[in-house]
Amino acid sequence: MSGFWQGAWTGWRLAFSLLVFPGFLFSVVIGFVLSWVDRVVTARVQYRKGPPFVQPFADLFKLLLKQTIVPEGASRLVFLLAPMLGMISMTITAVLLFNVNLNPQGSFVGDLIVLVYLFALPPLGLIIGASASRNPLSAVGASREMTLYFGYELPFLLALVVPIIKTAQVSGGIWTIRLGHIVMAQQQAGPFLYSVSGVIAAVLVLLAVQAKLGLVPFDQAEAEQEIMTGVYAEYSGVALAMFKITRAMMLFLLPLFLITVLWGGFGDWWAILKFLAIVVLVILIRNTNPRLRIDHALRFFWLLLGGFGILAVILAYARL
Amino acid sequence: MSKLGLWGLKKSPWVYHLAAAPCNNCDIEILELLTPRYDVERFGVVLVGSPRHADALLVTGVINRKSLPRVLEVYEQAAKPCLVICIGSCTCNTHIFRNSYNVVGPYDKHLPVHAYIPGCPPKPEAMILGVVKALSKL
Ligand code: SF4
Repeated sequence: MSGFWQGAWTGWRLAFSLLVFPGFLFSVVIGFVLSWVDRVVTARVQYRKGPPFVQPFADLFKLLLKQTIVPEGASRLVFLLAPMLGMISMTITAVLLFNVNLNPQGSFVGDLIVLVYLFALPPLGLIIGASASRNPLSAVGASREMTLYFGYELPFLLALVVPIIKTAQVSGGIWTIRLGHIVMAQQQAGPFLYSVSGVIAAVLVLLAVQAKLGLVPFDQAEAEQEIMTGVYAEYSGVALAMFKITRAMMLFLLPLFLITVLWGGFGDWWAILKFLAIVVLVILIRNTNPRLRIDHALRFFWLLLGGFGILAVILAYARL
Repeated sequence: MSKLGLWGLKKSPWVYHLAAAPCNNCDIEILELLTPRYDVERFGVVLVGSPRHADALLVTGVINRKSLPRVLEVYEQAAKPCLVICIGSCTCNTHIFRNSYNVVGPYDKHLPVHAYIPGCPPKPEAMILGVVKALSKL
């Protein structure tokens, strides 16, 4: 009997951590607060006042009430399932990241590769949904999103090699990609950011975060002025709300990920300040740059940032 | 309509700007609303690029034989509930183009209109007032 209760307790805890804290509910609420911060800072940059605090929640409730239209001739199932892909993957990411930070010695397996794949799912959902919607503007958006994805993934992965090398150096030559080990190594030897290669890697990850969030200068996939929000053009109602939720969760989780792998994890209260600093930096980059053309963006990521990525790996290897 | 959803609709009306043969003056006044001077994002108003996202269609210009089918199509593409807000005298009563050969009458002959904002062009303050009145009727 006690085995049964233990099983029920574990199941309940798993469900709680997926649905409430630190999974779905918690990260959505924080993400919405952050998207309010984003809109208010943007407004302040433009000498406006900006929306009230409850604005993202009002947007959400309104979208839930609205009609969800499936365009004529679109693949109904794929069109409606695609928005869920990103939402589910971000929920799992939230649980993994928080467990790693709160309990780095824990025995569960959460490694860097899993997170890289989980962060690849939201753009994939976007591409699938946009391609299923049978709208020429969405198709252009989907192709741009795909190009952009291949663009930013190269410097992103190169930058993530840096913490792996540094962890191996700290822990005496044991190669590992476990996030828990990376966090523990940083608690031992100080955050990886405070070195030349760490700074380069952080800048690369920051730019990749900008592109993953689809913010200017890397918002080609949804350029309002050219292709009418591109990938989102055919989405309405609940499906659009799911995309908004995914976007809000990413705004919360990507900076958290950056802190985890390069800036010492989420161990102390300073982490909140670090977190806000990254978010504000992302918003300011967004507000002070023009949109790049898609081929320029690709060249920027592959030639310039790819070169810096290789440099960062070599410097990390040389213990700089 | 649930209470929460209705509250959301009132606090976050996303508008789609549907210019059906205006003289462009009304459009410029609409864009004025988004500038720092009036900043309608304070009230949650956002200009969206796709009729699927719209909660209110801001229509401008006098409706004619060419633009009528397009306007109807955009209205059908919008996710309901969707308000139609007529901006400018052209939309309310066809204005000086009344006796023109291809004008097919004011908007309320073809679409359910929720607010009329007369003026040539109306002031931005008048537009905000009109949207507020249309929303408080819901
Ligand atoms: S109402 Fe006046 S300003 Fe507006 S579109 Fe008509 S003619 Fe132009």
